[in-house]
Amino acid sequence: MKKSSLKIRHAKNYLFIGIIGLCSILLMIPLILIFYQLITLGGKSINLTFLTQIPKSPGESGGGIYNAIVGTTLLVALASLVSIPLGILTGVYISEYQNSRLSGAVRTCVDILQGTPSIVIGIIVYTWVVRPMSQFSAISGGVALGIMMLPVIIKTTEETLGLIPMSLKEASLALGVPYYKTILKVVIPTGFSGILTGILLSISRVAGETAPLLFTAFGNAFLTYSIFKPISAIPLLIFNYATSPYEEWHQLAWGASLLVVGMILLLNLVAKGVTKR
Amino acid sequence: MSLKTIKNTQQKERLFQSLLSASGVIILVLVIGVFITLLIQSMPAIIAHKFDFFSHTTWDPVSGQYGGLSFLVGTLLTAFLALLISIPFSLSIAIVLGEYLTEGWIALILKTAIDLLAGIPSVIYGFWGLFVLAPWIRNLEIKLGVLPYGVGILTASLILALMIIPYAASLGREVIRLVPAELKEASLSLGATRYETVRKIILPYAKSGISAGFLLSLGRALSETMAVTMVIGNSNLLPTSIFSLGNTMASVLANEFSEANGSIYISSLLEIGLLLFVVTTIISLIGRRIIKKMSVHQ
Repeated sequence: MKKSSLKIRHAKNYLFIGIIGLCSILLMIPLILIFYQLITLGGKSINLTFLTQIPKSPGESGGGIYNAIVGTTLLVALASLVSIPLGILTGVYISEYQNSRLSGAVRTCVDILQGTPSIVIGIIVYTWVVRPMSQFSAISGGVALGIMMLPVIIKTTEETLGLIPMSLKEASLALGVPYYKTILKVVIPTGFSGILTGILLSISRVAGETAPLLFTAFGNAFLTYSIFKPISAIPLLIFNYATSPYEEWHQLAWGASLLVVGMILLLNLVAKGVTKR
Repeated sequence: MSLKTIKNTQQKERLFQSLLSASGVIILVLVIGVFITLLIQSMPAIIAHKFDFFSHTTWDPVSGQYGGLSFLVGTLLTAFLALLISIPFSLSIAIVLGEYLTEGWIALILKTAIDLLAGIPSVIYGFWGLFVLAPWIRNLEIKLGVLPYGVGILTASLILALMIIPYAASLGREVIRLVPAELKEASLSLGATRYETVRKIILPYAKSGISAGFLLSLGRALSETMAVTMVIGNSNLLPTSIFSLGNTMASVLANEFSEANGSIYISSLLEIGLLLFVVTTIISLIGRRIIKKMSVHQ
């Protein structure tokens, strides 16, 4: 082989490394810009008032997002109430009955649910829950978020249970332990950390969701603990205030953004810590 | 064990098994219910428009005209533009993390960056796009001599690209990791450079998986709502260039659904929802099937 062609090939090799390296580094730029903006603008507005008071009317400075913090907590709690048990049971079902036709269909449905646009879930829950109750409410928001949590919990449960050695289950069954006790007392506790990771990830997925809440929880400028009334949520507040013309509200929205990103990152970190164990 | 306790156990056993199947059935009913609800609710609109919903562009609920073509064009334009912008970046990261740097601190930084990008909620992308990216685009538009809106199709596509890169990159990385080491070693031992190995061995082997990743991220871009709603300008006119204002199917739903009155208006919006659901379902089913096939071959 000629020496020059070898040189060209090596040059191409280095050029390629340079290009893909550059593209990877370029992606850091928007990330840094977004976090810079969040920390400098959001950091300014986070203080005790921000966390404990409700928003003031436009034009007045000060005020906080306490109502939205309460709202998001309540919505996530409502969503978890149904979707965690249902998700774990469904995950157990598709991992235990791998060959039945129904479980194949369920698995396909989980894939579909995961790809369903969040806005579609919003309008569906509006049709199913808000319209019959003829009111926006925290319940409907909880249902919408719960539907969004389901696929994550189901998939992680299924994957976790798939990793548990067959011998463990067989040992339990061989000792005469009934099947349901084997699942509840042996299989699920063994896979507990994996399932917990799934739950945390699903919460971090919905904590920042806005679209499913637009026509369900709807938002509320005041504090409420009632699950039958429209309720605020941090992402809803960010959307409403970011698109408003008031400088003070933009400030609150930046603070709320930093808070929600911080929460999501914390949840992800905890989830990772749990998986490592 | 007495006969009674055995019977008791059998009962509990049966109860538990039916509980498991019942939860599976609930999921099945849920998804089928979504489809049927959308179909039934959009029926009045489908009948009223007689399938010409996406053939004209006038969307004027006041005078009862519902033409969804500009939303369809807006959706396709932003999603494909975003995909086009994202491909070089997500492919690079997938190759870097899947082949060159599988461990070490640089890989850790890159992986963390991707996780961070994936974790940011879409409303915050929209917020950032509106306050930081849109002014830059406005400056660019002034220099180019087009109407300086700042927001519009281009801004939305850039934000969307940023949002789908982490997704496509991590799927691509996993697929590239599946390429058997013997194949790569064989290529390298024959004297091929690393670049030649990537181009002639790794990419062809992982081709279908990587394209499935792009397909799934296209699905994401099609269905993304909040970020797009905030930066696309929300105009119901047909976009004429990438600098025009526009609306996507998801953003028109976000903007108009809570204000819609009149059964045909609501029904028309639900028809848009139905189309969105059907398209994303098809995309995610095809994408997942391809990826599953790849992992099974392994």
